[in-house]
Amino acid sequence: MSTPTIDSPHNSAALDAAESGKIELVTITLRIRRFNPEEHPDAVWVDYQLTVDPKIRVLDAINTVKWEQDGTLTYRRSCAHGVCGSDAMRINGKNRLACKTLIKDVNPEKPITIEPIKGLTVLKDLIVDMEPFFQAYRDVMPFLVTTGNAPTRERIQSEEDVQRFEDTTKCILCAACTTSCPVFWNDGQYFGPAAIVNAHRFIFDSRDEGAEQRLEILNDREGVWRCRTTFNCTDACPRGIEVTKAIQEVKRALVTRRF
Amino acid sequence: MQVHKYDTVIVGAGGAGMRAAIESTKRSRTAVLTKLYPTRSHTGAAQGGMAAALANVEEDNWEWHTFDTVKGGDYLVDQDAAEILAKEAIDAVLDLEKMGLPFNRTPEGRIDQRRFGGHTRDHGQAAVRRSCYAADRTGHMILQTLYQNCVKEGVEFFNEFYVLDLLLGEIDGHTRTAGVVAYELATGEIHIFQAKSVIFASGGNGKFFKVTSNAHTLTGDGQAAAFRRGLPLEDMEFFQFHPTGIWRMGILLTEGARGEGGILRNKNGERFMEKYAPVMKDLASRDVVSRAIYTEIRNGNGCGLEGDHVYLDLTHLPPEQLDAKLPDITEFARTYLGIEPYTDPIPIQPTAHYAMGGIPTNVQGEVLKDNDTVVPGLYAAGEVACVSVHGANRLGTNSLLDINVFGRRAGIAAADYAATADWVDLPENPAAQVIAQLERIRNGNGTERVSDIRSELQQSMDTNSMVYRTESTLKQAVADIHALKERYLNISVMDKGQRYNTDLLEAVELGNLLDLAEVTAVSGLARKESRGGHFREDYPTRDDVNFMQHTMAYREVDADGKDSIRLDYKPVVVTRYQPMERKY
Repeated sequence: MSTPTIDSPHNSAALDAAESGKIELVTITLRIRRFNPEEHPDAVWVDYQLTVDPKIRVLDAINTVKWEQDGTLTYRRSCAHGVCGSDAMRINGKNRLACKTLIKDVNPEKPITIEPIKGLTVLKDLIVDMEPFFQAYRDVMPFLVTTGNAPTRERIQSEEDVQRFEDTTKCILCAACTTSCPVFWNDGQYFGPAAIVNAHRFIFDSRDEGAEQRLEILNDREGVWRCRTTFNCTDACPRGIEVTKAIQEVKRALVTRRF
Repeated sequence: MQVHKYDTVIVGAGGAGMRAAIESTKRSRTAVLTKLYPTRSHTGAAQGGMAAALANVEEDNWEWHTFDTVKGGDYLVDQDAAEILAKEAIDAVLDLEKMGLPFNRTPEGRIDQRRFGGHTRDHGQAAVRRSCYAADRTGHMILQTLYQNCVKEGVEFFNEFYVLDLLLGEIDGHTRTAGVVAYELATGEIHIFQAKSVIFASGGNGKFFKVTSNAHTLTGDGQAAAFRRGLPLEDMEFFQFHPTGIWRMGILLTEGARGEGGILRNKNGERFMEKYAPVMKDLASRDVVSRAIYTEIRNGNGCGLEGDHVYLDLTHLPPEQLDAKLPDITEFARTYLGIEPYTDPIPIQPTAHYAMGGIPTNVQGEVLKDNDTVVPGLYAAGEVACVSVHGANRLGTNSLLDINVFGRRAGIAAADYAATADWVDLPENPAAQVIAQLERIRNGNGTERVSDIRSELQQSMDTNSMVYRTESTLKQAVADIHALKERYLNISVMDKGQRYNTDLLEAVELGNLLDLAEVTAVSGLARKESRGGHFREDYPTRDDVNFMQHTMAYREVDADGKDSIRLDYKPVVVTRYQPMERKY
């Protein structure tokens, strides 16, 4: 047996805190917007009190309410760590993923408000109709368009060419951006930031030959020109995509026809 | 109740389901049923890459990949299947690139490749760069790319449809596939899908563990439906514990972190893997690394106040490399632990990750009802299936490969079968069993809470059926599960409505988890040896004389309606490689 290589791990206060395992429980109030048309035509706010470790996710707290207090509370969730995009909701007035937001970061001394994302029809509690969102996505031809015979091996693409659209490949279609956009709230016909992000992902892909068609789609009156550059979408994106910048790049491509 | 008729029905819209759908939609009228939306599937959580011997950056070939897969699976792999996996890997990666997947590139613009656990040059000489990747979101890019191509091909999806039962019929006394029964989450309505071919691609069942990288939705619905219809489940005792889950949370931190040079350290700062795997060190196969971590913890070398974890140290890697190659997992460390991985090591522990076992299939994806006989028209692919290409322990990057190779194969085979097969009559009252089950839960007024039973199940499985197992821990798991199954009969749910009743569905899912946990523990109890992910402290060595065979678990129901599990065994297919001692 060889002697193991030793290198003392660095230590910081942050690591000590993460490892302490010490839990200082706090009592919080989740103020959740409830709506069930099977029971009542109007939405109401309902407060739930619970005692939790402030380092848990907002989703964990919502799960605790459902599992221990009120099983009728309804929402979407799956991966619980910010990659599937199921649990976008409005937390203290801001669009976030409930599984990527910790209780300690949303001012738990006051009631934490939780509402469905805005601009899509609410179907029950935090569940909205996602179909218009996915329709806008499908409308921008979100797939690689090529002509001619495919090569035997892979297409050659430089790392710099990948970098031109790399940011927009991170999109998880959670709708946090689109449903934070005031233009989308006022005009449900607007494609919305997420669809434009996914068009961007292909328009700037050097392997793609469908950019002209996609740009024509986005040149529509409900297309990219409706954007008023409020940056809500960029603030809302849980993946850190520079959404507004991507929209601006699409606008510029429409003017210059260079992509 | 609505009745639909499709040539091919695919259950699940993750990587395997969508890869199958792209093929079957071109060839047959296909419906894809998913309990989520396709892009929410857990394929999207896979990080590190997809193996293929492209040899873009160094010498490699499919035979080395086959050997690594067989050895990684501790010789429980069916070697004919592993050979197909490794050979077809190359086209599977190239197909994805042509569909648009944005892989990381070499300076020459080819698909870049990196090292990964258990993947070696020339039968174990050294680590080889075989994993094709897109930063640390390869699964996300595969899921998105496949969905994009499903949109392109016009694949028909039924989103938020839970498949709760498999319908089988008979022609001339032989079992045939007739369709599935689904529950529409939005309305509570029951739908019958009559189909000539059904493909299960519904994913894993890791949610019966507490510390797991699995999504809330990974409840083994496909495995449970098949099992209740009398079909066997293969090798369910083999569950993979990924070495690097975020401490206590279980969130996955890719093996690619070690592929990029990350090092595991104990509380003394020792690179302890040098002791356990002198050649491959931190890139030994996952079962080996997970056991090493727990051995360190048991020997008092664990970190933190309770000494219950170790560190994944990335601090010696340049921040630019972390930003470019591992952006997501470093962000997980910041978000969930509040630490900076540039300067701090990350507290980790093994996390329940992947079911090697599942519904047995042959290499065409056809489901077996015993050791030899297929059920015509029934297919399975991906984590729900057991081909078996993973044997007793899956290599990292072989699951993204599996879903593409065997998803494609199942999609083609299912559509081809549907092109010539006759419709099978639906059984009388096809939804009777599902309706009875749902009404029993909805109208139950018992005193037991679903979440209590689920968390007790998860606690018992973590305590008794994890990395280290013994006869007594597994017996305890079985006893706990039996008690929990009794209590499950006495549950009630609060939501009695029809619309988006997730309360009801969580109860159904718990029933699936209980059944599958029992199969896992019972199969593990009977396997008195240690192999791959199944480590028995009371039988610490591999026993090829008695146990180099696949477990086949069947549900039996006696005259009083009481169910039990019957175990049988199936030979392993050996072609090139005789079992050897496994060292890394």
